[in-house]
Formats: sequence, structure tokens, C-alpha cells
Amino acid sequence: MTFKLTRRDLLAGAAATAGMSALPFGMGRARAAPSGVLRVIPHASLTILDPVATTGYIVRNHGYLIYDTLFAQDANLEVKPQMASGVEISDDKLTYRISLRDGLAWHDGSPVTAEDCALSLIRWGQVDGMGRRLFSYMESCTHDGTDTIVLKLSRPYGLVLQSIGKLSTNVPFMMPKRMAEKPTSERLTAEEQVGSGPFRFVGSEFRPGARVVYERNPDYVPRDEPASNAAGGKVVHLEGVEWINFPDPNTQLNALMTGEVDYWEQVPADLAPIVAGMPGVKVENFNPLGNMGMARFNSLVGASANPGVRKAIVRALDQTALLQAAVGSPEYYKECFSVFPCETTFANDADAGFIQEPDLEEAKKLLAESGYNGEPFVVLATTDIPVQTNYIQVIVDTMRRMGINVDAQAMDWATVLQRRASKNPIEDGGWNMFVTWWEGADLLDPVVQFAMSAAGDTAWVGWAQDDVIEGLRTEFAEAGSIDDQKEIARKIQSRFFEQNFHAVLGQFFTPTGYRDNVSGILEAPPFFWNIQKS
Amino acid sequence: MPLLVLQRLVSTIPVLLVVAVIVFLMLRISGDPAAILAGDTATSAQIEAVRQAFGFDRPIWEQFLGWIVQVLQGDLGESLFTGLPVTTLIAQRIEPTLMLALTTIVFSVLVAVPLGVLAAWRSGTWIDRAVMVFAVLGFSVPVFVLGYGFMYVFSIELRLLPVQGYTSPFVDPVAFAQGIILPTLTLSCIYIALIARITRASVLETLNEDYIRTARAKGQVERTVLFRHALRNAAVPIVTVIGLGVALLIGGVVVTESVFNIPGLGRLVVDAITRRDYPIIQGLILFFALIYVVLNLIIDLAYTLLDPRIRY
Repeated sequence: MTFKLTRRDLLAGAAATAGMSALPFGMGRARAAPSGVLRVIPHASLTILDPVATTGYIVRNHGYLIYDTLFAQDANLEVKPQMASGVEISDDKLTYRISLRDGLAWHDGSPVTAEDCALSLIRWGQVDGMGRRLFSYMESCTHDGTDTIVLKLSRPYGLVLQSIGKLSTNVPFMMPKRMAEKPTSERLTAEEQVGSGPFRFVGSEFRPGARVVYERNPDYVPRDEPASNAAGGKVVHLEGVEWINFPDPNTQLNALMTGEVDYWEQVPADLAPIVAGMPGVKVENFNPLGNMGMARFNSLVGASANPGVRKAIVRALDQTALLQAAVGSPEYYKECFSVFPCETTFANDADAGFIQEPDLEEAKKLLAESGYNGEPFVVLATTDIPVQTNYIQVIVDTMRRMGINVDAQAMDWATVLQRRASKNPIEDGGWNMFVTWWEGADLLDPVVQFAMSAAGDTAWVGWAQDDVIEGLRTEFAEAGSIDDQKEIARKIQSRFFEQNFHAVLGQFFTPTGYRDNVSGILEAPPFFWNIQKS
Repeated sequence: MPLLVLQRLVSTIPVLLVVAVIVFLMLRISGDPAAILAGDTATSAQIEAVRQAFGFDRPIWEQFLGWIVQVLQGDLGESLFTGLPVTTLIAQRIEPTLMLALTTIVFSVLVAVPLGVLAAWRSGTWIDRAVMVFAVLGFSVPVFVLGYGFMYVFSIELRLLPVQGYTSPFVDPVAFAQGIILPTLTLSCIYIALIARITRASVLETLNEDYIRTARAKGQVERTVLFRHALRNAAVPIVTVIGLGVALLIGGVVVTESVFNIPGLGRLVVDAITRRDYPIIQGLILFFALIYVVLNLIIDLAYTLLDPRIRY
């Protein structure tokens, strides 16, 4: 048996090889991000496009690109006018007249009116925790027919501008009337994404879960002040911003290394040292407020409805051990023994010793005194978010060492979201604890901090109920000075450490990785104005 | 033949109906996504409002009937999260998946069939053993390991090819070629291994047939014996494997799509599952079921072309 290789075969093979080598392989590097367009790896996929009706941070970041706000917080967390040119407050502090600055226009070319803004505030006020509280003081939210929004309150409220200038979810973004009139249970669609912000949403390029494209809004008139956090002049130096979703962190790392992307919003702490060592790449934390880990109890059912059990668990948890497991590198975490983010205005040390010095033996004693009799304690144990998974493992181990009959039920985050909405008893699918985290910006004071709400059914999941805390939150909102507010914040913390509707699990930071030709990045949430790419 | 096609197409209806019922019920058993849609700070009342707005509070049979009526009208519904029609989302994602499937299958067949024939022809020699060792390795090494390995060599070290992404060939053929090479190579390893093994076994069997001996006795050149007589008669199982491979490539290459960041159907369905975006999951599984049924029909029809003895 022979296998003849003819000259024709040889020539065909040679031609094929030549053809392959003619492919422009070297141009792989030409796939680098185009100049003028910032290619970004966002921390999550953008699917919901309504930043007022939902709380996802990715939707908030989308909102900041294409919408604008009446007021905004600067890097010192002071509230500054943004779309507003100014505000007149009546002597009795019951009427706020907010005038709009000149030149504001929606992306479809129509002018921004006070009516649009009043309706936008009303829509936001139905959903956001701080908004709902503000609107509980509101007699009317209207306009004067020209360019002035008129807020009339039933009694003085100290957080009017802080509320409508809040930094994080749900941000009161301004929208055209047709969008602002939409019920919050109905979502804004891709076709409806019309804002007045510094970028425009390119609906035709929207690929949910894969790619979102924004282009510079050439008609945007920025303020004259320098950019500072969400406040100041939103000057856009880029032609556009492209969010590319990567499901795989290793590919994210490689894409940043080869320059195929310019900006990786949240580098996992375990990869940060590798990213920092890559040539042409920088790693920096742009969010000094960081995130606060939280183990939330269900205050309605089962063992976690017993304040004594909650107190015993909180007494046993060792923040340092938790942070080491969840985050790893001490560069990216910080013990924080306040219910408010450390080094912010209302962070304090009232009764902080209770969580600062964990004591397993005392925790066991507290547990025995609580009357706990070994009933199952259901933990919704997230498996697909590493920080949460690691937190949970330490918490469950601690609770078992205390003698608690822990039933850690493994599930993905989406299932946690479904399960935690249930108020059912434990035997009917109820739960006792889940772990999550909030951005520091959402926890700055007791009113903005929705997790602090203790209003029962209208509180956050877990349905904390405590009239003392709610009364103090109201006092805080109506307080006349910052010193008064600080004192109330201390009282709230003291009371909280008696009730323990959640356990504070420390503060951690997620750095940003970016190519060294990118500059002008502002503090988080990620803002894309002011950024330059050379 | 036309009758067969018609019969098979009609028989897809109960198959798809069973798939629809099972998928719909399984999703409903896992709870509804109202709490996910309502957001992190939603109150119980807000979650209930979302539940009512999306109709999750209606009886399951009523929800099912509503969906089936929609599907019969060619409407797979809308994503609960983006509000975009499922058909639009499938249309957006199908091109990368089809292109990857096409390049993988073409490359795999071009490499695997000659390799399999060669191994059968040189059965028992080092060539045969080398091909089989490669086949075992191709099966054994996980796709993501191969993907990262190729990426490290060709993208990070040599900087010849991009790490990730997909560009349509209709937009930029060069960028398409650059982007598709590594995922194709990665996926092809499995399929080359699979097809080469099947080809070898099949051809080896036919090489022992009398008609092969007769062909050789008549003095036909070995290449003609191998490719015209042996391979053609061995083609039925090979075509079956290739057809099923195409079906698997359309629905099941999530890992490769994730490693190389290709926005295909596999990622669409996984993302939808993690969000509990029911209409997308239901629509895609129905779509995949349809693809399987149609590909099986095509394979059956191909048998009649390859083997004149087969008649339906």
C-alpha cells in the first residue's frame, strides 16, 4: 500500500500555507481601544434601564452618564447646584423655589422644563427610601410655569437638598415629562433613554449583557466650576464610552494587559497585585467610602426574630477574621466599628466596644440567656459572589461554634433575592440571615441608610421594627444643626447595637485598573466626564 | 422524501409542546423574579406591585396559555429586564454563535476526517497511536484550559491575536478572522478528537469489507480506495456526529464564549438564568429544541444521499 503525494498536492498545500501566513496576525494589537473612546469593563451587566425605579449600582452608573440631577454632592459630600442655578428657601423653611440654569436641553433637542423636573421628583419620591421620607413632608411638588420648581412642605425638613442631591441609589435623575409620568412598576425601555446629561445613549448599539455604547452629548452645557465627584462642570473630553461585559475575570485581566480595554471598574482584590504589576497599567481606589459588609437578620420569623439571639451572634463575629476571609489583602479592607462608614461625618464610637472586641464565650452566654432552644437557623448562603461566600463561611462557622443549629442553604444570588422577599415561617421556606454589602455612599447618615429603617413592613427586607430608632431618624431629619445630627447619630448607633437588625462586617474597597494613558478619573461612583485618554 | 420532511416537521409540534410545558413549569417552581426586578430596597408592597404588573400573580395555567398563544403567533415575548423582544435578542446573538459553530465544524472536519482515515489506514502503527493519543487529549483537556493556554501564547506572549471579542465578518472581515481563530482552535480540539475517533473506527470497519479488497484487486490507487470507497461507506456515523456537534455548538459553548468574550446564545441563556428572565429562557430553550429537531432531520436526509440503500 502506498500513499502518493503528487506535485499538485504539494503546490496546493504550499498555497494554503501561504494564504494562512498572509492573514494580518500582527494586527491583533490593532484591536486596542480606539482613541477618544473609553472602553470600560463595568462591574455588572446593564439590563434594567430605569435608574429611578431600581437600585442596581450599574443602573445608577448608567444614569449618571445620560441623565443629570438638580443638585449633586461634591468630593466633600457637600450638596451643590447642578441643573439648578440656585434655590430660594422661605424664612419659615416651608417653601423651596429651585430655578433651572439656562441652556438645559433633553437629548431630543426639547428644552428641560420645571414641569419635567417636578414630575421626575415625584416619580423618584415614590420609590427611594429617602425620597419617600421627603415626600411624607411634602404638601406639593409643582412648578411656577416658567423655570422654577416649587416644593411646599407641611413642616420644616432638614434634608431637602441632601435628598434631591443624594449621591447614590436611587439618584433623583431628571427625565422628560413623558418618562417621568410612567408608573415605577413599568420600566423605561431602550428607546426611551432620553436624558439631559453629558453623554447620549446609543440605543441601536445596545446589546444587553454584552455591550452598551454612549456618545458625547455635543449640546451639553457644563457648569463653570471644576468637576468634583457628581458636582461641578461635567466637561467631556472623550468621543464616547463603551461598556463591554466580560463574564470571565481572567479575560478581563488579559484584555487590560493588552490594551483592548482602558478601564476596569472593579478589580477583584485577589487580582489587584497582578494588575498593579502589569506594564502600562495603574491600580487605584477611587471610592474612599468603600463598601460595608452586612449580615442582615430576618426580624419577623424564627430564631432571628429574637433580639437576644441576634445580639449573641453579633457579639461573636470577628470583623478582622471576616475581612481576611472575604477580601484578603489588608490594603483593601478596614475594620469599621460604626454603623456609618468610618471617617465620614456621622461615624462614631457609641457602644462600638460591643463589636470591636468579639467574645465567643460571652456570645454563648447571651445565646443561653436569649431562650434559644436549638431551632434551625436558615442562612441564605450565596455561592456565586466570592466576597459574600467567604463572609458566610466564617459567619456559619462562628455560629456553629456558638451552638446554633445552622442550616446554610447554598444558592445563587438571584435565588437569595427571591427567597429573602419571603416573610414565611422557616418551615415554609422562610429565612433567618443573608449577607450582602452596600456602598458607603448609601450609608452616610441614618436617613439615607435604608438598612437603618425600622419601620416594619416598609423597611428593608428583614422588616426591622423599632419605634425608638424610627423616632430618632425623624429627629435627625428635622434637626437644626450638624452637631445635633451627630448627637442623634450616636443615639441611633447605641440603640442599634441593642437591636442588631444586621451585623456590620467591616469596610472594603474595590480598586479600579486603568491604562496609563487615561487620566482625570474622579472619585466614585464611576463618572466618565473629566476623563482624558491620550 | 417530501412526505418524510412533512411528517418530521409535523412531529416537531408535540416535541416542542412537551419542551414548552416542562420548561415553563420548572421555571415557575423556582419562584418568580418580582423581588429581583423590584430591586434591593423594594418594600413588600413594591414587590407585590411588580408581581401584579408582570402578571406573576395569575394562575400558572393562565400564564402558560398566554405565553403559548403568543408563541403560536411567532412572538416569544419580551425580556422582563430590558423590555426587548426575545426574538430581537436572539437575532442579536445568533450571528457570533453561528459563525463560531461554522468555523469550528469546518476546521474540525478538514483536520479530523483525514486524520481518522490516516489512522485507520495505518492502523496499529505509530501514526495510528499518535492520532489516538491526540484524540484522548482533545477529549480530556478542559476547554477553558485550552482557551487560556492559547490566549497566553498567541495573545499575551506573541501578541499576534486579540484576547477577546467578536467582530462581524460583514463589518470587518480581518478583525473577524483575528478574533475567531483562538475560540475556533479551542473548540475544535474536542471536535477533532471526536470526529477523528469515529472516522477511524468507521473506516477501519469498511477497510475489511470485500468490496475494498475487490477495489484493490482491480488495481485502484490507494487514495481512491480510501476516500471514494471506504470513507463514503463509513460516512453515515461521521455525518451523525458532525450534525450533533453543530447542534451542541449552537447551544452549548458557554465556556468558550465566556473565556473569549463572544456575545453568543450560550451566554444569553446563562445570563437569563442567573437573572430569572423567564421569557428569554423559555424562548431560547424552545429555539434550541427546534434546532435539534431540524438538524436531526437534515442528518436523516443526508443519509439518503450518502447511502443509496437508505430510503424512507
